[in-house]
Amino acid sequence: MTQFFSFIRKEFYHVFRDSKTLLMLFGLPIAQILLFGFALSNEIKDSRIVISDLSRDEGSRKVIEKLSASEHFIVTRSDLSPREIEAAFKKGDIKLAVLFPARFGEDLQHLGSASIQVIGDASDPNTSNTLITYLTGIVQDFQSQNRRSPGSAPLINVETRMLYNPELKGSTNYVPGVLALVLMLVCVLMTSVSIVREKEMGTMEVLLVSPLNPVLLVISKAVPYFALSLVNLAVILILSSTLLDMPLHGSLVLLVALSSLFILTCLAVGLLISNSTGSQQMAMLISLMGMLIPTMLFTGFMFPLENMPWALRAISNIIPSKWYYIIVKSIMIKGLGFSAIWKESLILFIMMLALMAISFKRFKVRLT
Amino acid sequence: MVDVKVQNVSKSYEKGKVLALNEVSFEVEKGELFGLIGPDGAGKTSLFRILTTLIDFDQGEASVLSFDVNKDLKKIRKEVGYMPGRFSLYQDLTVEENLEFFATIFNTSIEENYDLVREIYVQIEPFKDRKAGKLSGGMKQKLALCCALIHRPKVLFLDEPTTGVDTVSRKEFWEMLKRLKEQEITILVSTPYMDEAMLCERIALIQHGSIMSIDSPKGIISKYPDPLYGIKSADMSRLLRLLQDQERVKSANSFGEYHHVSLVEPDSANMDRLLDSLRMEGLEQLEMKPIKPSIEDCFIHLMKEQHGETSH
Repeated sequence: MTQFFSFIRKEFYHVFRDSKTLLMLFGLPIAQILLFGFALSNEIKDSRIVISDLSRDEGSRKVIEKLSASEHFIVTRSDLSPREIEAAFKKGDIKLAVLFPARFGEDLQHLGSASIQVIGDASDPNTSNTLITYLTGIVQDFQSQNRRSPGSAPLINVETRMLYNPELKGSTNYVPGVLALVLMLVCVLMTSVSIVREKEMGTMEVLLVSPLNPVLLVISKAVPYFALSLVNLAVILILSSTLLDMPLHGSLVLLVALSSLFILTCLAVGLLISNSTGSQQMAMLISLMGMLIPTMLFTGFMFPLENMPWALRAISNIIPSKWYYIIVKSIMIKGLGFSAIWKESLILFIMMLALMAISFKRFKVRLT
Repeated sequence: MVDVKVQNVSKSYEKGKVLALNEVSFEVEKGELFGLIGPDGAGKTSLFRILTTLIDFDQGEASVLSFDVNKDLKKIRKEVGYMPGRFSLYQDLTVEENLEFFATIFNTSIEENYDLVREIYVQIEPFKDRKAGKLSGGMKQKLALCCALIHRPKVLFLDEPTTGVDTVSRKEFWEMLKRLKEQEITILVSTPYMDEAMLCERIALIQHGSIMSIDSPKGIISKYPDPLYGIKSADMSRLLRLLQDQERVKSANSFGEYHHVSLVEPDSANMDRLLDSLRMEGLEQLEMKPIKPSIEDCFIHLMKEQHGETSH
């Protein structure tokens, strides 16, 4: 046991005496969470729109009020003629035009349905799509507030429904992704590099010619990074809830427990990489190329997996972060319990066991 | 008692393309200070790694403390101390932390075996809070020796411990090894420096993976076949060229102040004739005297002999 603790103390010395390692360990996650949370969000705010209201009644005024209150829109001008609207689009002044037909309020009141015309700038289809989705959401919100009785037919017919993220906040999508990405990077990179460094410095030679049990050696390598990853997890969670208004609807204990499972899986990947490489550069390269890119591609937080061809979707199944991403989203955003995510957890658990078994088995008790 | 036994061990790298060791055999007695002498690439490190159970070999048998190096890895690793050729301690840990770490790894403590390392450790103790990476070459070697000794090994393997170390530290290092001998620790040491061979009890001269000769340093020198002369002049490089062209010269090698020369027919008449012909060439301040062969002379002689055998 003293062997074990002495080894772990040594590992902490390595970490805390190397400013580069420290920076990577704690600077990287903070930078990433802030970047993804703020700078790189696909959320669109403060878009200029024009409104042309031909009815000028209570119904249209209420909708316009709601639109103006939204942080996504800035209503710049109103009551433009169709020609003026076209000119404004051409100049690029506005992103969206909303037209209320004459008798909008009256139709809504008496016929039970009315329509709004929304004109988007399709030269930037993604932005206008997003804006129209925002708008639809707001109109729908208006409609549900003004529903006269529970059973009555909807007043304004909108098909779109946004579950769990009615405000379409970007951070709710990114935080679980960044969480997966950062934990993956830190664990895999740090563990693989720390073992390979011993090989490179020649200290592995001395360690091998000692009574130290190889299993103990590998575990002592993993323990410090497991602890540091938990610290990282806490930092990310605190940052995302305070700065990015990320909700935590589910159980924190469950989240931490399953995150630990994911961290262990990543540590196992790191150990595996370190067993197959001889230089720190090589270990770093494999960790980055082999982990960062697949994690970005196949986790689902940057590119929706549903849109991918089946071959890529099949590949995504072997990426641990895909499962972890589903778990985090389910716990944090949907507030689901373990019964809803036991399948994903089981997959991660099996991956972890398999990877650990392989890396212990492949650990070389000799030099090659 | 034989502590280290090597029998016909061969080892090749890159799927047999590079032969590192060629049927090497030798034995080291308990408490002996045994030296492996040979240039870089002779196979010394491979041999050390085989004996410390770090690498596999193609054929032959090897045992340390009667344990088979291929089967009883764990038992051997408990009992031996190993100091690799490259400085292999943690550079970002202090002197004291390194020593403490290696003590615990071997299930012991600094206090328990302090008497064994005391003489060495007192020299580096003033720097015990310094990071190992910031020590001088000699200090690093002393620390590495302390770390290899801290668990009181029965056999100590030192792979080129004095390479890259200044002359004074080298001398100190060898004095330490002699003192360790009194503790009945078997020491296997390798070095490319021929002058250090004299400090061992027995040596094996190794070249291109083969052991050319095993004996005490004196025994090896006594086997040198010819009388040897030292010769010098004002122009040493021209002298060497001329000597190598002379038919009556068997071998001529540059050794610092004097060139070492052996003659085909070593009598005084032949010696005079050689000096005459050199004077005819215009060489000045010629001086020639009989000298005792050194280990290096023996090494070169054996090397040429072996080369001659293989080329015929």
